[in-house]
Order: sequence, then C-alpha cells, then structure tokens
Amino acid sequence: MARTRNLLAPLLVVVALLGAWQLTARWDVLADALGIEPFLVPSPSEIADSLWDDRALLAENAWVTLQEVLAGIAIALVVGAALAVALHLSTTLRRATYPLLVASQTVPVIAIAPILVVWFGFGIGPKLAIIALVCFFPVTVNTLDGLRAVDPAQVKMMRTLDAGRWQILRRVEAPSALPYFFSGAKIAAAVAVIGAVFGEWSGADEGLGHLILVSQGQLQTARVFAAVVVLSAIAIALVAAVMVAQRRFAGWSVEAAP
Amino acid sequence: MRTTVEAVQLAETRFAHGELEVLAGIDLKVADCEVAAIVGPSGCGKSTLLDLIAGLIEPSSGRVEVTGSARERLRHATLMPQHDLLLPWLDALDNAAIAPRNRGLSRAESRAVARPLFDRFGLGGFEHSRPGELSGGMRQRVAFARTLLAGKSVLALDEPFASLDAITRAQLQEWLAEMLAEEARTVVIVSHDVEEALYLADRVIVLSARPARVVRELTSPAPRRLPRTPAVNSPEFAAARRAAMEALLEAADG
Repeated sequence: MARTRNLLAPLLVVVALLGAWQLTARWDVLADALGIEPFLVPSPSEIADSLWDDRALLAENAWVTLQEVLAGIAIALVVGAALAVALHLSTTLRRATYPLLVASQTVPVIAIAPILVVWFGFGIGPKLAIIALVCFFPVTVNTLDGLRAVDPAQVKMMRTLDAGRWQILRRVEAPSALPYFFSGAKIAAAVAVIGAVFGEWSGADEGLGHLILVSQGQLQTARVFAAVVVLSAIAIALVAAVMVAQRRFAGWSVEAAP
Repeated sequence: MRTTVEAVQLAETRFAHGELEVLAGIDLKVADCEVAAIVGPSGCGKSTLLDLIAGLIEPSSGRVEVTGSARERLRHATLMPQHDLLLPWLDALDNAAIAPRNRGLSRAESRAVARPLFDRFGLGGFEHSRPGELSGGMRQRVAFARTLLAGKSVLALDEPFASLDAITRAQLQEWLAEMLAEEARTVVIVSHDVEEALYLADRVIVLSARPARVVRELTSPAPRRLPRTPAVNSPEFAAARRAAMEALLEAADG
C-alpha cells in the first residue's frame, strides 16, 4: 500500500506536466497566442506516436548507445575506484593530482570530442573515452571520501588484531567506502548517457545521439523527443540497477542502521 | 626466566599531546596473569594508557614494556575498545575470527578456529547473525571472543561493559570472571565503575586528574569470586569500595 502511494505522487506530477504540455502545444488558441509552431514543440501525443511508429529504429539505435554506455560506465567504475584507492594510499599523489582531476571535469567534452575521434578512430573508442571521462569523477571523489571517512577507532582496533595496511584497506576501509562508491556510481549512471550522446555527435553513424542529430536536420522534432525519452529510460534503468547492486553487495548500508 | 619479566611495565612514562600533558610519569607493573584495573576521573588519560600498552602510540618519555619488549607491544598485547566496533558487513563469527584471518588463515580456517569459543560464550546459533541483530551483551561477547582470538598474552580492555545496562553488565562481569578462571591472561582493564574494577581485578590503581599520576593502589578483597552478588555485598568488599571511592574523590579534586 505504502509502495503504491509512493509511486502515486511522482506519477501525478508527470501526468499533470504532460497534460499542460499537451494543452499548450495542441490547443490552437493557446499555441497561437504563444506563437508555438508544431515542428518546434511536438505534443506528448506526437512523441508517443513517434515512440510507437519508430520503435524498430529507436530500439536499434538504443542498443548501440546502451552498449557504449555500459562499457563506458564499466571503465569509469574500475578506473574511478582504482584511482580513489591510489589517492587514498598516497597523500603525495592526492595532493599532486587532485587539482588535475577537478580540471579534467572542466574540459568541454564537445570541444575535445573531434580530437578523440582523430586519436581513437571512428568506432566505439572515442565514445568510451568520453563516457569514462564524465563518469569517473563522481566515482573517484565519492569513493575517496568514503575511504577517508572510516572510523579511526576501527582502524586502531584492526592494528591490534594483527592487520597490516592491505588488510585494513580490504576488511575495513573498502567495505566502509562501498556505499559511497555506489552513490558515485548512481551519478555516473545518470550522466553516462549524455557522454554517449556527445560522443556520437562527434562522429557516428548509429546510436540515439546520432539519431537525434539526423532527426533534427529533418525537422523530425517528435522523433528527437522520442529518442530523448528512450535515453532517459536507459538512465533510469541504470540507476535502478545500481540501487539493486547496492542492496545486494552493501546491504548493511541500506538496511536501517542498528 | 619468564617469572622475572613483568607482563606489563611502565617506568616514568609520560605522554603529551603537544602542549597538553596527559600522563605525568606513570610507574606501573602488572605481573603475568594478573588482572589490574585502572580507575580515575573522566578524561584523565586512562584510554591513552591502554593505547600505550597496546603499542598503538609511543610515550613522550619513559618506558613501556610488554613481556619485556618495548618495540613489540603490538605483537604481545591487544586492545578491546570501548565500543564493540563489530564490522556491520561481517557476520558474528567472521567478526570474532578477524585476527586469525588477518594472520593469513583462510575464511573457513578462521571460522573453524573461532567456532568453539562461540559455544563457550553462549553464542552458539548466532554465527551467521549480523552485529545489528545481536543484543548489546552478545555484541560485547563477540568483541571479547575477537580479542581472545588475537592470541595475545596481554589484554587491554577499555571500559568493556560501559555501554551496557546494569543487569547485563553484572552478568558479563561474572561471565568474564569465569572466562579468566578458565583461561588466565594478563589483563589491564579501564573502568569508571569502582565496583566493577574491584570485582574483576586483583589490584585497583587509582589515577589522579590530568596530568595523571598513580595516587593509590588497592588490593581487591574478592577478585572474580563466584557467584558475584554475595561477593560484592560482603562487608570486606563494601569497605574496599568505600576506600576506593574516597581515593577517587581525592584524585578528582587533585
């Protein structure tokens, strides 16, 4: 019952927004008054039509983008976590490279994407590089915070129980940091699709980003929005998958604290 | 000869946190298999003393030796911290078995080493429970099993029962007395509870307010005598408790 009620509120908000949008776009009096052209703002019903009519096209391109996103996130999680551990173990390394890590996030991805295409070719390479670049940062920063937030009393206790540096990392610090890692992974999952779109814009002949670009050129605005809806669905599914993984691998952090 | 070496020996041990003088020259000897309790006003440096004995910190001056060695204290002593600090991502048995695991035993081997203690400690059947599913008294027993399984000859216990209710605390004191009768270890126990100190220890050492010095030593009239209730209600025990309280009050006044 509580679950249904939890879903009801967001559902109502979405329905209300869609209704308002539909009215504004399709009710001629209002649309004329606001000067809205149908090819500039499609109505929700037109987007729904496109989702159905172009389902084969959307699915085909979504599959391409999904593969890029999954591989990109995987790289970001591995690199991000490894980097966090390295920065945690070496204060010198942390001081030396932390500003660089922040700087890496100020790089306008759109600007460097064409260069990456030159470096990595026209295939999946540059897309993975871009997705990994926008995704590793939240993973690294959150995991590093988690590693540093360990209860010092627990570390002290481990030392008197014959734990070396590696065992403290593995048995105390890494598990403590796991919930933080998952928080970072949720952010990464949400922004990964944007990375994929940028990657495809810089050179691709398939994928949802590519489809958006082509459909814009053809003034197929409803299809552009349909592709965006699919992208959002991918991001939501990914975040949900991370939450499932967190429940599975860091259940103690999700359950009510004792 | 082992008997000539004190299990724990502090000589003119001082400790300061920068400008803040915590310990002002402590002299203390604890014999092999003796139980010594440290009492003193809050914040007088009792926990610091245990950290020194356990080898987690170094004195500013003076000596701290455990079984005759100043450098290998971590190898010979283990600290049981004030809160159980059980790791929530491990089940009860894995928590208890963490020291053998740290020494390189496999998970199955360490669990096998720890299991007999679970039965002895009345924890049988709770091997797979997460710390959050255990009562305070059970968590403390798991923490004590973890301390014993470290296999050190000297145990430094930092207010082990402070977080428990009065009844559980009394039960665990009696239980600890039984355990130490079965398996003697050298114990230095910090307590804020004079009765607990007098009941568990052979000797009670009273520290002054910070910077701490030893102001008084009392011999317990009935260390770890079972059952506990008549032991702590005897006239000799009451007299010792009064003397200890007086010493503590004087110490607190400076």
